[in-house]
Amino acid sequence: MNLSACLLALSDTQVVGHAVEHASLLNAPIVQAIAAPELRWAGWILLLPLLSAVLCVACAALRIKSKLPALLTTLALGTSFALVLKLYLMRGPDAGPVVVHLWDWMNFSWGDGRWKSFQADVSLYIDSLTMLWMLFVTGLGTLITIYASEYMESDRGVSYSRFFFGVSIFLLAMSILVMADNLVLLYMGWEGVGLASYLLIGYNYQKPSAVAAAKKAFIMNRIGDLGLAIGIWLIWVNYGSIEFNRLFRVFEDADRGVGGWDRSLIPFCLMLGAFGKSAQLPLFTWLPDAMEGPTPVSALIHAATMVTAGVYLIARMQPLFSLHPDAMTMVAWIGALTALLSATIGMAQYDMKRVFAYSTVSQLGYMFLGLGVGTAYGASYHVFTHAFFKALLFLTSGAIMHGFAGQLDLRRLSGLRRVPGFRIVSWTMLIGCLWLSAFPYSAGFFSKDIILVQAMSQPKFQILGWIGLATAGLTAYYSFRVWFRVCAGPVSFVAGEEAHADHDGQNNPGAHFEHGGESSHGAASNLAHARTANAGTAFHPHKPRIAIKSVLLFICLGAILSGIPGMQSLRGQANWVQEMVAHSSAVRASGEDHITTPVAFGLDAHGIVSVFGISAAIGGILFAMWIHLLDRRMADRMRSTLLSSRLTRWLPIAMENKWYVDELYHTLFRLPMWITSHMLHFLDRHLVDGLLVNGLGRLPVMIGRLFQPLYNGALQGYATTMAGGLILVLVWVAYRWCGGAA
Amino acid sequence: MPLLAQAAAQLAPTQGVTVALAFSAALFCVGLVGFLVRRNMILMFLCTELMLQAAAIAFIAFGRMRMDTGGQVFVIFILTVAAAEAALALGLVVLLYRRRETLSAEAWQELHE
Repeated sequence: MNLSACLLALSDTQVVGHAVEHASLLNAPIVQAIAAPELRWAGWILLLPLLSAVLCVACAALRIKSKLPALLTTLALGTSFALVLKLYLMRGPDAGPVVVHLWDWMNFSWGDGRWKSFQADVSLYIDSLTMLWMLFVTGLGTLITIYASEYMESDRGVSYSRFFFGVSIFLLAMSILVMADNLVLLYMGWEGVGLASYLLIGYNYQKPSAVAAAKKAFIMNRIGDLGLAIGIWLIWVNYGSIEFNRLFRVFEDADRGVGGWDRSLIPFCLMLGAFGKSAQLPLFTWLPDAMEGPTPVSALIHAATMVTAGVYLIARMQPLFSLHPDAMTMVAWIGALTALLSATIGMAQYDMKRVFAYSTVSQLGYMFLGLGVGTAYGASYHVFTHAFFKALLFLTSGAIMHGFAGQLDLRRLSGLRRVPGFRIVSWTMLIGCLWLSAFPYSAGFFSKDIILVQAMSQPKFQILGWIGLATAGLTAYYSFRVWFRVCAGPVSFVAGEEAHADHDGQNNPGAHFEHGGESSHGAASNLAHARTANAGTAFHPHKPRIAIKSVLLFICLGAILSGIPGMQSLRGQANWVQEMVAHSSAVRASGEDHITTPVAFGLDAHGIVSVFGISAAIGGILFAMWIHLLDRRMADRMRSTLLSSRLTRWLPIAMENKWYVDELYHTLFRLPMWITSHMLHFLDRHLVDGLLVNGLGRLPVMIGRLFQPLYNGALQGYATTMAGGLILVLVWVAYRWCGGAA
Repeated sequence: MPLLAQAAAQLAPTQGVTVALAFSAALFCVGLVGFLVRRNMILMFLCTELMLQAAAIAFIAFGRMRMDTGGQVFVIFILTVAAAEAALALGLVVLLYRRRETLSAEAWQELHE
């Protein structure tokens, strides 16, 4: 058993490494921020995306047909990234928090003391947590903009400007969200990223499914945002401020414990907001649908940056969450369950982007698990590594989609690593898949390891640790299912439905190209053969050019380098990610508990996670290799075996149908609302409109109709009416006169 | 004439007023009924004149009852106005006749609304 000895040795070094450096970090207080007016130039980090948004509008107004909007956006975002980098290099990873006041915004006071004033300025709260987020947000934002300049080139013109306008607005809002010094400004950024996400998912607004997905994302996020808004209000009511700096001081002094119902509700309200934005269990169904947006958007917003805003919120408000005994436990449970559930869905999807979307939901679940079990370091590190490898996976699938006219079906693409022009795409995708499946010594391995060890080392979270380990196996399986299907095996592909007629001369979208070997899954291959017989001309895949390739290589490099901090902590050295988290408001959860007593099988937490994590990853990869590369018919056979038995039939059906969560929400919420709204519509149309409004309106008309025969145009008729009226008056006078006389 | 004035002076103020008012009412009713039953525009106009004169008689009767000459003054005005009106109305009737070649009021029924 050479392997297990190796693993044990590995786990031992980790124990030493972690134990040495964290003792001093536990229970460290939050450092108070100091005003730093000399850093006012940091406001340009926000202003530059705004500027490029304005310029993109100008480009759209001037009907510019070139790639100018992309160039402007890249320049603005690149400068923004350079400023972030400068700020980081100036301050170093262990600098304390500073507040940079830019402008006054809301500043009311109606008396002295707490609860008598309300202050929310446009100020930046810059600490190491902010810097960590800003580094990858602006860095990846710039790279993905470069990628998008080529990816979106087929709709140059107003739409092209519209796309880069959306990206700029997103970067603006995300920077506000991360750099805000108070919760109201954070909320503004929070809503801004929601808006940008809506605009970009619905980029192809002629397509009904894209519009529906955009609406779904927006509405589900509104549910979460309502929670966040109520949470912010309750924080002000209970703690008298919404500025982070003052709040942290208040939280330090606040007594731990539940408090009143409204105080104990705060973390759960914030959690609702975080779960909505980060697509966690009750509100996760919008994220897979959000893949309707262009792929760079999926990579930037729906994988790397925006969806981590929930993690940021909870890491930022860590001092608040630690006041409530159950809040973090709930976060951990939701995270672990989401990770497992969405991994099982991801296993059974055939759309490449959807597989990665569910894997994003699953990895976000890991991050929340990390926060919940008390390692904001692990969670933030996983955010950081995930941002690179998941962006990489989305960008590679985008390159394939771009090249094969929108084809994303796993069953219709095979052997791309031998297709000219797709070598770099395939190999960078392999790196992404290895990192996603936590292959030993990859960045994903280190970050996932920290989270799982922390879960394992606490008896009440051990079950979550096991769930996480099981999910790691599933993750390895589904990510390599994609890679072995799409990039490995014999070369064979069917083009998608979007013909890029402007490239490569004449493309036949239905054409099928194949040489040698077996084709993919059953039904698809028959269809493909039928198409080959009909279509005469061969389909030429559209090769990615320099912008896409270089960005893929850059992000791949970033993914590899993001493993360095994990490598350092393996050697027992301090690493900068941990230092950054430890010097921020997430300080309480930046250290780790260590129990060295055996958890199970005579191994401690590190041993368990190393042995089982590595075997789950390798086992998952080997299993995927077996049924999706070596014996591809096996996957179909296994599926039909499962389907044929009455006991197991539910499993593939439920997984392929995403556990019917959408249908459940449809029945529980949409259907009753639909019925109610139709009933109210009926009432409104027939009772309110019909009877009250139109009925009352028709009353004078009806009375008029009654007397209309009198107005027939005959002069005598009018005269008779007059005479009749006169007689009536006379009769009435006579009656009164006689009555009066009597 | 002095005899007539003497006779009038001997009469009580209300004496004969009832008769005059009854005559006025009867004349008005004749005018009204005539207006309602005839279609000839000239006859209808004459009927309105009858009604107008019935009103004038009522003026005189009430003036007499109050021993006030104001009623008689008003009748002078009414007669003047009636003359002007007659000139105008007959002119209109002639114009209407030229348009439709008939004096019947029914020819102008479409003017309703």
